[in-house]
Amino acid sequence: MYSQDGENYFIVDAHIALWDARPENQRNIHGKQFIDCFYDYHRNLSPESEQWSYEEFLYQGGKRLMKDVFDEGHVDHAIFQPAYLGEFYKRGFGQVEEAYSLAAANPDKLTYNHCFDPRQGEAGLDRLRADHEKMKFTGVKLYTAEWQGQSRGYKLSDAWTYRYFEECRKLGIKNIHVHKGPTIRPLDRDAFDVADVDHAASDFTDLNFIVEHVGLPRLEDFCWIATQEPNVHGGLAVAMPFIHTRPRYFAQIIGELIYWIGEDRIQFSSDYAIWTPRWLIERFVDFQIPEDMTEYAPLTTAQKKKILGLNAAKMYNIPVPAELQLPNAGETATGPRQPERADLAGVR
Amino acid sequence: MTAASTGTLERIGAEVTEQDIRAALGAVLDPELDEPITDLGFVRSVSALTGPGGTHAIVHLRLPTSFCSPNFAYLMASDSKDVISALDGVARTVVELDDHHDSDLINAGLAADAGYRGTFRHEAEDSLEELRWTFRRKAHTAAMERCLTELLRSDPELLETDMGSVRLRDLPKGRNKDALLRRRTALGLPEESDSIVLVNHEDHPYPAESVPMALRRARSTRISIDGNAHFCRGLLRTRYAGSGADQTARPEGAEATLNREALPLRVKENH
Repeated sequence: MYSQDGENYFIVDAHIALWDARPENQRNIHGKQFIDCFYDYHRNLSPESEQWSYEEFLYQGGKRLMKDVFDEGHVDHAIFQPAYLGEFYKRGFGQVEEAYSLAAANPDKLTYNHCFDPRQGEAGLDRLRADHEKMKFTGVKLYTAEWQGQSRGYKLSDAWTYRYFEECRKLGIKNIHVHKGPTIRPLDRDAFDVADVDHAASDFTDLNFIVEHVGLPRLEDFCWIATQEPNVHGGLAVAMPFIHTRPRYFAQIIGELIYWIGEDRIQFSSDYAIWTPRWLIERFVDFQIPEDMTEYAPLTTAQKKKILGLNAAKMYNIPVPAELQLPNAGETATGPRQPERADLAGVR
Repeated sequence: MTAASTGTLERIGAEVTEQDIRAALGAVLDPELDEPITDLGFVRSVSALTGPGGTHAIVHLRLPTSFCSPNFAYLMASDSKDVISALDGVARTVVELDDHHDSDLINAGLAADAGYRGTFRHEAEDSLEELRWTFRRKAHTAAMERCLTELLRSDPELLETDMGSVRLRDLPKGRNKDALLRRRTALGLPEESDSIVLVNHEDHPYPAESVPMALRRARSTRISIDGNAHFCRGLLRTRYAGSGADQTARPEGAEATLNREALPLRVKENH
């Protein structure tokens, strides 16, 4: 819980990780390149006071995570979204077992989401069933730019991905977090394209698709498909820290999201450990749209409360004190909210 | 590099100078950000050496992250090789992309002139032409929105719905209009002063009721491109110390905080 100016905010950090990128776990040069890329994001977008040393950044462990996210981070509940990256790291990047154990030990604070790779075919489906039997997760994180052998990415619209979504339905895995990254075959087309999310969301209207970093670097494509698909949501991982370095750009991102998809489908996340939640939450609560941006209405306190926690809490059935709950907003001018109206906006 | 270490190659007296090569590289655009790679600081080094048959050009490129999309990386590197090779007096061109996850693959492909499909093999289907067109269209969309938003802000009497009938001659002269005209030329759109501004890539205007939505969509495209352009610039500066000196400032989407200046950010108030 975070309180400011007499208002109480229930905070859900919808995207955190417990990773191990230390040199002894790096399988090859790409393991180093990957964490170096994250570290540059961290250095480039964090305020100076929040910057970590490279060594700190490589690995945090559960104790440090609990301190950063909960003791100091104002967060009430956080959701693990592991990226496996087995081609880059010997024991994987996201520490699946460690994160699961931490969540099992702190069920009121942590939700564990799992990951799968549809290119593992039948064997991967068996594994998913077995993992689910043990861990009982309701969400998964998919990194579509994961490398595997000759393949350096897959699409949500691939036939095998659909097989996995069908299995998700059976198992009660409702929430599909999608991290779009580059290198999708074929390279002829835009590797950051989000059109495959559109297909999957149309065909699996009973699943939620949460597009992480709100489709950046393709915010415009994300907004358009999310307008058409009421089961598509936006996660603010990576978008949040622009609040510090580029507040006008951040204002535009939020303004566009509220215009296109509305205040009920946007989820706060710190993307820990790339950034820590405390400063992001404090700044967001204090944030306002610049005065000269006449195209956007000011952000309301209710909108901030929804984005910071209530939206994700609703999706994950995380208990929220009754006095902190808020009703849904009306439909946006741009699109449908009801599943039966999906895609109408696209054919007008 | 000195003459002693390069055998027959010698820097002094090269027919084509490093300046000539840099100038040629100014025509190579980052297709996604719609800017010359020379303005973005992506050119790491340029050498012009005199060798048998003419100048030997050696260029190193760098990008903001190891994981920048390899198709864009390849386009910029192969376009660089093309524009340098086309210079009169250049006998040999080496272009290398540094520190990218696909550096080995791309550099080998460039050295062998293997082309896009020869370089990426099973990951390439046909060509990168459609990718180029996708981003030329986005660049036009963004340029169009900048002009119309500038017009809207200049006159409070104007409404979004009026923007569907604005013609090129109605736009104020300046950087935004010049940029729009260049993007229109790239798409083959007419340049006459009575041409409608708000059109799709095939020059179709929008019916009155669709104008506000078309403008909003164009705005999200412009925000996206400006945002990416500044983020990529910033990441390059973080990754390569001193690289900021090789970058040209981009006014579109610029923020005071980039320079860490304490300009007040005036914000809206809730009523």
